[in-house]
Amino acid sequence: MCGPTTNCLSPLRRDPDLKLSEHDLASLNGDLGSGAALAMGLLVAIASTDGARSFIDIVGAHIDGCLFHGRAGTDFVRALVDGGSQVKVPTTLNVSSLDLLHPDLYRGSDFTAEAARELMDLHVALGCAPTWTCAPYQLPDRPKLGSQIAWGESNAIVFANSVLGARTNRYGDFADLACAVTGRAPATGLHTGVGRLADVVVELDVPETVFAHDIFYPLLGFWLGANTGNGIAAIVGLPAATTEDDLQALGAAAASSGSTAMFHAVGITPEAPSLHECVKGVDLPTLSVGIEDLRDARARLGIGEGVVGAVSVGTPHLSSQELEKLSALTAGRRSRVPFYVNTGRNVLDEASTAAITSLEAFGATIVTDTCTYITPIMGPVDGPVLTNSGKWAYYAPANLGVEVVFAGLSECVEAALTGRINLSDPFLTS
Amino acid sequence: MRCLLDGEAIGPLQILTEPLSFWGGVDVESGQIIDPNHPQFGELVSGCILGLPHGRGSSSSATVLAEMIRIGSGPVGLILSEPDQILVAGGYVANVLYAKRFVVSVGDLPETSEGVFRLDADGLEQLGA
Repeated sequence: MCGPTTNCLSPLRRDPDLKLSEHDLASLNGDLGSGAALAMGLLVAIASTDGARSFIDIVGAHIDGCLFHGRAGTDFVRALVDGGSQVKVPTTLNVSSLDLLHPDLYRGSDFTAEAARELMDLHVALGCAPTWTCAPYQLPDRPKLGSQIAWGESNAIVFANSVLGARTNRYGDFADLACAVTGRAPATGLHTGVGRLADVVVELDVPETVFAHDIFYPLLGFWLGANTGNGIAAIVGLPAATTEDDLQALGAAAASSGSTAMFHAVGITPEAPSLHECVKGVDLPTLSVGIEDLRDARARLGIGEGVVGAVSVGTPHLSSQELEKLSALTAGRRSRVPFYVNTGRNVLDEASTAAITSLEAFGATIVTDTCTYITPIMGPVDGPVLTNSGKWAYYAPANLGVEVVFAGLSECVEAALTGRINLSDPFLTS
Repeated sequence: MRCLLDGEAIGPLQILTEPLSFWGGVDVESGQIIDPNHPQFGELVSGCILGLPHGRGSSSSATVLAEMIRIGSGPVGLILSEPDQILVAGGYVANVLYAKRFVVSVGDLPETSEGVFRLDADGLEQLGA
């Protein structure tokens, strides 16, 4: 078989301007095992694609390849394991296809469940931490400002770059793991200072009252992704009270409707103390977002009325703060429809017994390690599914074949109590 | 045309007018485009030299492309208008793990035309008259 170490029909086109360290070369040539050769070959291929001139050391990785999409994913991780590889840096794992804490929730075939479990086990065998969350920034020891990391999972990437000020490109399946087992990443794009400057300015032309509504942030994110593509926006006008959860919702929606990997919120995010410090020169294009744009975003994410089939919240995984907020909203009440809460096992570990008891009494199904939009957990629904997540609203119709209505967290709870959708927020009525 | 992944592809040309997400946008088993918003919705990518602006959306497209190459439902080569490391990663892994010769090049997309073509490191050429 031809591999990266052989010349016979090697697929590798190495950019002659790409410099490799002695260690990189030893990895590529197979001196450090066939796993290292496979990983380094892949990194050389993507570095040459992106025009990188060298590699840098990374201090952490987050892997999105543990969700089962077919045997090719499993074969790649097995080749690394069999080839003697181990992750070189602390590495966390994204959601998988299964909820290991609540295995009975899975409604798929035994065959797929076994294949999914095998893929999870192989990642753990490489030394990855079994965190199974799409919100690795809610784990302890999250990356610091300026840290070089290699993260997969679009919402995690945009949060790491924008909110933490850590530096990662958009790594896809295979590439994130190749970075983790080599401890290296191509020195290009968002890993560099100049690659992190905004190329478009976004001004908010909305009344201040909208900032108090949680759906404002994913709606702005949806608009941002759809209108700035893979650019880096400097958003001017967000209030100082904007929370990490707000920025998480904004980023996750932007990375669904577009290829957003980073944004600056001027005066809020760490690399944007002022507009002139976070932009690429002067005379940048400037876009304005008004209330009509947000209404349009909401219409595209799904509006509706009538009977609600189910509710799903927590995409990305609910933070501890959001879990406590939800538990307060549901305390002493009872949902009339299936109500799914996606969160990380780390958040569940830290949650108060009172909060869990309250959610369970409400009738909520708590899902960890995976998410309701990517794996068969929800039962048949009689009516549209309500969600407060721009990302869930974007992907679930195609993934699950369900109709979606997008709403705020408190609207989701109210609809669950009555079994009917009653949207009354200012984006529709004023 | 710049070669990103060396190999050899022989097949008909299929040119997409918009970016495509392999994850969620293509049926893995049949190779049919299932994204209802895509202009080439319903068409097949299997066995084709596929021209497209670039990939789109999920980073899981790398695994989906590799899986399609593995089971034979995927295209045999790609011509991209813009470099796309996610699709290069998928092609690279398939080539190394399964001894395939999937080829990826970047350059101007050709016009749609009938006939059989060969794509390799030297570029695209039409075979026969």
